[in-house]
Amino acid sequence: MALPARWSKNAEVTDSTGEVMEIQMGPSHPASHGTIKFNLKLDGERIIDCDVEIGYLHRGFEKMCEQGTWTQCFPYTDRLNYASPCINNVGFALAVERLLGVTAPERCQYARVIMSEVHRLADHLTCLGMAAGEVGAQSVMFYTMEAREFLYDLVEAGTGARLTVSWCRAGGIARDLPADLGARIALAFSHLDGILSDCDKLLSRNRVFIDRMADIGVMAADEAISYGLSGPLLRAAGVAYDVRKAHPYLVYDRFEFEVPTGNKGDNYDRFNVRFQEMYQSKRIIEQAMRTLPEGPIALDDPRIVLPPKDRVYNSIEGLMNHFKLIIEGIKVPAGEVYQAVEGANGELGFYVVSDGSGRPYRVRVRPPCFFGMGALSRMLVGHMIADIVATFGMINMIGGECDR
Amino acid sequence: MLLDQLKERFGADIVAADSARGEETIVIARERALGLMRALRDEEAFAFDFLADLTAVDWPARAPRFDVVYHLHSLKRGHRLRVKIATGEPAASVHSVVGLWKSADWLERECYDMFGIRFEGHPDLRRILMYDSFEGHPLRKDYPVGRRQPIVPEIDPILNPRRPSR
Repeated sequence: MALPARWSKNAEVTDSTGEVMEIQMGPSHPASHGTIKFNLKLDGERIIDCDVEIGYLHRGFEKMCEQGTWTQCFPYTDRLNYASPCINNVGFALAVERLLGVTAPERCQYARVIMSEVHRLADHLTCLGMAAGEVGAQSVMFYTMEAREFLYDLVEAGTGARLTVSWCRAGGIARDLPADLGARIALAFSHLDGILSDCDKLLSRNRVFIDRMADIGVMAADEAISYGLSGPLLRAAGVAYDVRKAHPYLVYDRFEFEVPTGNKGDNYDRFNVRFQEMYQSKRIIEQAMRTLPEGPIALDDPRIVLPPKDRVYNSIEGLMNHFKLIIEGIKVPAGEVYQAVEGANGELGFYVVSDGSGRPYRVRVRPPCFFGMGALSRMLVGHMIADIVATFGMINMIGGECDR
Repeated sequence: MLLDQLKERFGADIVAADSARGEETIVIARERALGLMRALRDEEAFAFDFLADLTAVDWPARAPRFDVVYHLHSLKRGHRLRVKIATGEPAASVHSVVGLWKSADWLERECYDMFGIRFEGHPDLRRILMYDSFEGHPLRKDYPVGRRQPIVPEIDPILNPRRPSR
């Protein structure tokens, strides 16, 4: 969207104090949602150097994954990007399934798409609401949190949990979608539409908001690619790269949706891209619900999928099958796979290596916001100290994912 | 297809190549890596403009102990490639690719932090997730899972109960 010329920034402020002030912002700062430290060098309020320090939420995710069975990794993946846990679940499940050489049943794939997109909506709402709240539009934050509640109700109905869903398994999903999910989605979307339209009216043409966002944190396409940015950050710079389109997984190639892009790569474009993506996610969910097939939700393979509970309790074969899978784990053939999915923040990659035992040999996550944080210093130098919060908000750093 | 092109172009510089599960992997020699990576990025046929990921895998029983694993992606051509470089003890190191892809800056710092692999020519190789005084490299297979390195001394609350405040 082109902005009126009178709204453009006066970039040539020459108020240099001639002094350098060093200041540490964080690691626990009320305006940064996430534990992170900025070591700043300031000239007045202008940033002349910024060293971003991460790692405060490091809990050894990759090391932990090497200790248990493949199935035991799923709860850990929930805690990566905890604003959209299901996408992490799906990414890891797809990686393990590719190592196993199996494909989950159709209904399971549709269900994974639906829940991934519900989570993408929730993630974008969290990001936009928080970012808006941090630049002063507090009421927008309350509205998006309200909208997120409707989506969390869908998550709860579909997966049985609101936050740490642990819903996917290698070869399937843990429980089926409820029969009335369509009606629930229609109800949730009717609320969501109203709230999105309110937020759009409150922000998209809001002078104060645009002043805080436009021309701030600019990163052009070639540099964004070099820094490894993906997702909304890269698309805001005009590169229409979306893993769902470029390397389709699950059944994304059966749905019609667009990849919104920006042109300048500033915070305002990032906001817009995320906002437009929410409408596309809604489109995908509606199409998937219309064509959701009947059928099994997990593979019928005793080497991979746990038997149903009545077989475990009522037959010795079922009990042994359950015991072997729990104690020894799924025997994943030796090999390695890099599986990328489109997380809410960009390309979420799982590089998994198996040595053929029942345990992962190496699980590596490519966390999309890690790259955004790596580029943050470059985006901030030259801007004012108050722009840190807006830019940081638009990168949508999630500590659990960035620090693992 | 991509592998054939690579073999034709780089010949003996490619130590091994294989294609499994729809993913292409090449292993290249440590000494020739930087030039080859530059060619992979710049040459029109490959155009790997996006370094998606950089990590390492530790194989303690093997002679060069580590595999440094690069996941390259071409936004232009839409293909992916995994590149591996083997390096071993003592003084495991490979050449830095920060000059080719800026994302390598933090990725190499993390790889150094977690595995202790040095990246020659990296402008600022220091720990990123762990703190400076942390001993060892946690993702090495010989780093014990249960080892604790508290920053402040740990006090057992049972042996040293906190006195009730007055």
